[in-house]
Amino acid sequence: MSQILHVTINGTSKEIAIEPDEILLDILRREGYKGVKRGCKEGTCGTCTILLNDKAVKSCILLAAQTENCSIITIEGIGTRDNPHPIQQAFVDEGVVQCGFCIPGMILSAKNLLDNNPSPTKDEVKMALDGNLCRCTGYSGQIKAVLAAAAVMRGEK
Amino acid sequence: MTEPIYKGRVVTKSVPKKDALSLAMGKPMYTDDKDFRNLVHVKMLYSPHAHAMIEEIDTHEAEKLPGVLGVLTYKSSSQVLHTSAGQGFPEPSPYDTRLFNKKVKYVGDRVVAVAAETVKIAEAALKLIKVKYEILEPIFDHDQALGNDIVIHDEEDSKYIIPVFYDPKKNHASHIDAEVGDLDKGFVEADFIIEKTVRNHYGQHCPLEPHISIAYIDNYDRLVVRTATQVPFHARRILAQILEIPLAQIRVIKPRIGGGFGTKQEIITEPIVASFAWKLKRPVKYEFTRKEEFISARTRHPMTTWFKAGVKKDGTITAMDMKVTSNTGAYGSHALTVLSNTGSKTLPLYHCENLRFVGDTVYTNLPVGGAYRGYGGTQAALAMEIVMDDLARKIGMDPAEFRLMNHIKPGETSPIFKALGEGTEGVEQTMDSVGLTECINQGAEAINWWNREEIKKENSTDTVKRGFGLVCVMQGSSIPYIDMAAGYCKMNEDGTFNLLVGATDIGTGSDTILAQIFAEGLSIDASDVIVLSSDTDTTPFDKGAYASSTTYLTGQACVNLAMKIKEQLFEYTATVLNVPKDELKIEAKAVIHQKSGKQMTFAEIGTKSFYSDHQTQIGAVASELSKKSPPPFTAHYAEVDVDIETGRVTILKYVAAVDCGTPINPKLVVGQVEGALVNGLCYALSEQYIFNDKGKMMNPSFGNYKIMTSIDLPEIETIIVPTFEPSGPWGAKSIAEVNISGPMPVLSNAIFDATGVRMTEPPYTPDRVLKAIQNHKK
Repeated sequence: MSQILHVTINGTSKEIAIEPDEILLDILRREGYKGVKRGCKEGTCGTCTILLNDKAVKSCILLAAQTENCSIITIEGIGTRDNPHPIQQAFVDEGVVQCGFCIPGMILSAKNLLDNNPSPTKDEVKMALDGNLCRCTGYSGQIKAVLAAAAVMRGEK
Repeated sequence: MTEPIYKGRVVTKSVPKKDALSLAMGKPMYTDDKDFRNLVHVKMLYSPHAHAMIEEIDTHEAEKLPGVLGVLTYKSSSQVLHTSAGQGFPEPSPYDTRLFNKKVKYVGDRVVAVAAETVKIAEAALKLIKVKYEILEPIFDHDQALGNDIVIHDEEDSKYIIPVFYDPKKNHASHIDAEVGDLDKGFVEADFIIEKTVRNHYGQHCPLEPHISIAYIDNYDRLVVRTATQVPFHARRILAQILEIPLAQIRVIKPRIGGGFGTKQEIITEPIVASFAWKLKRPVKYEFTRKEEFISARTRHPMTTWFKAGVKKDGTITAMDMKVTSNTGAYGSHALTVLSNTGSKTLPLYHCENLRFVGDTVYTNLPVGGAYRGYGGTQAALAMEIVMDDLARKIGMDPAEFRLMNHIKPGETSPIFKALGEGTEGVEQTMDSVGLTECINQGAEAINWWNREEIKKENSTDTVKRGFGLVCVMQGSSIPYIDMAAGYCKMNEDGTFNLLVGATDIGTGSDTILAQIFAEGLSIDASDVIVLSSDTDTTPFDKGAYASSTTYLTGQACVNLAMKIKEQLFEYTATVLNVPKDELKIEAKAVIHQKSGKQMTFAEIGTKSFYSDHQTQIGAVASELSKKSPPPFTAHYAEVDVDIETGRVTILKYVAAVDCGTPINPKLVVGQVEGALVNGLCYALSEQYIFNDKGKMMNPSFGNYKIMTSIDLPEIETIIVPTFEPSGPWGAKSIAEVNISGPMPVLSNAIFDATGVRMTEPPYTPDRVLKAIQNHKK
């Protein structure tokens, strides 16, 4: 039997009809947030990462119903073409967006880190990106990009 | 003579990748990101048996389930014999499969496809299908497959459509035999001979976006297939073949795709959605789960490679003899060409006049091999570079000095280029650009190679041993006299250009690279070029994203295109300004006649050519047929610690020095290098298929098939050594594949250097390394 989910997505309050067994990832994609990707559906690849109440989580292993009254941020909610988020800009500048499938999730994991720790060490960045697989690169560029974005967010650049 | 390196205006610059910001913003750009009304979903029932005959399929209950729209089995689907390998025509892979086969040949072979209103209904329907199998004895060991009593392809009609060896009754999917010089004489002349047998394992590409296709019928009743493919044009051709509908009725569109690495060079999901859509006249989607990606997509051909080489005390290599048995699994996708590349992408690397290559590909009842970055070169480099290391040690020469002395040099050739082609004879070629000496030297410096004995002494303990390894690797750039690529462009009234290419950007950045190459020819910016790629209705032909060919081959087509446009711009300006054409030149987005001081900006030309003066569309089509396959080269170095109590191998530093000719976009080059070598590292250290005794893969998930994350990786240093390749666009060669082949041998060499234990069967997991160390002590 369907139920109504009350949730805030990228700052907008929504009421979404869901089935009790529906996965959050599927609901978000159905609602048009296509930046949330489906790479494994088993909680390991990280392409479906979102921020749930400001914490990076994998939306493929959450029931939508678990997010009642929660706040969700997807990649669509953090920057625009004219005003991209510093992490988005740093990923572009470092040239580390290859196929791009892992990138939204990785950027949100990075945002989760930088929102809580504005001056992370390289190892802390590595730990923060540990849940996001990438098959195109060797991660070093993304790590560099997150550190560069951190400097921008601290107002140093 | 080596030509000077090319310093470009737009090329050699790391301009931002055209799609980078959109992708970083999560724009809906992939196959599944477009919503379709009334979308039909597909789920597949796979064979649980490695080798079995289907005696009965009962789908009645499934078809009665509300919401089920149709099923496909071998009884109700196209029975056109074909290959799923997305190669040029005639394909050099055997026609040995149908969409569904009565005889299933591996755990993961397709049995029934169900189309339904929802995924849930389709999954429920699968459970209602009853299949009765006659279970047959399987073969899993590829070294036992040839001539075995068990015959996997005993259907009467499997065949190649090109004249090459094929003997399916003996499970023999391909055979190659090539010999040049005098092998016996070579071995007689040798002071030392080393031979080794190595075995590489199953591996999967693991693109983060699994295979996905959506087919629908458009308003002209044509079939449109939106699909994650590396080969849109081959996909269209093979779909027409399988569905037996005119090619002109089909349009294939490749949106952004989430990685390929070779596995999307196969036509797997497309014919399923196309068959249903054609029947149901509704949009149909089929998306692999991660599990399906492992069991039912394609894999790297596991091989047993025996390699024997002779050397004189002075370092001269006198003979090289390579024998390969390749396991193509249940179907022969790329069976012949991966095999030929094991020889052709390795044997030319070092001087040697006496050479032999003998290769056999066999069928087994295991997952299907296919194209995978490195394409045979990865497999053979393991054997070759281990033996090169052992040869150097045997004569007391430093492995770097040995390679410096023996590697192929500019102006030289190898008889192998002619002896080993791809289904046909190969093509002779002389090396114009070889930066390998510099790669070896610069890499050695970066890893502190020449001081390694001191470093080893200082850092080794009783239980942890330090070691260093080095390998050299080559690949190719396109398949000569087979691969063709084209581009089409038109000028806009603001002086910008639309560039339409069939080339398939699978995340590599080829849209950007091609824009740079085209822009370089007209002295405009990459941002003045609007790129549209990979749509069989609107873009010209391109063979697709494989064989390390897009930058080199489509790139050259784009140079040709720019030259044609330049000619048209001069002609137009000469006519309008009434000045001699041969006195014109291009500067700052304008055509200039210096003598008179007259000029027309590109925007003026664009506008006037549309609306006022001598109206015409400035535009052109150009193509390029590959005439050689200049190899990119790379030297890889690794510094490792081996814990001899646990078998754990820790990489401390990894250096890759690469010669890709002119680096068109250095940041994208680094991305290709690191991406490939990290993929190679994962394959060498942790990735493996674990089969049970029934041939079922037991670890089809990222949780159990380990690919590295950000915390697993060592410090990696990439060094670009620019050279100039005269046959390539602005001097460029390829870069995509070559670096995947270094890690497996270089880690074997480094482990040997640290412990004296020679690993010949990756992955070098702690348990395997420890076992090898313990056996060595005995």
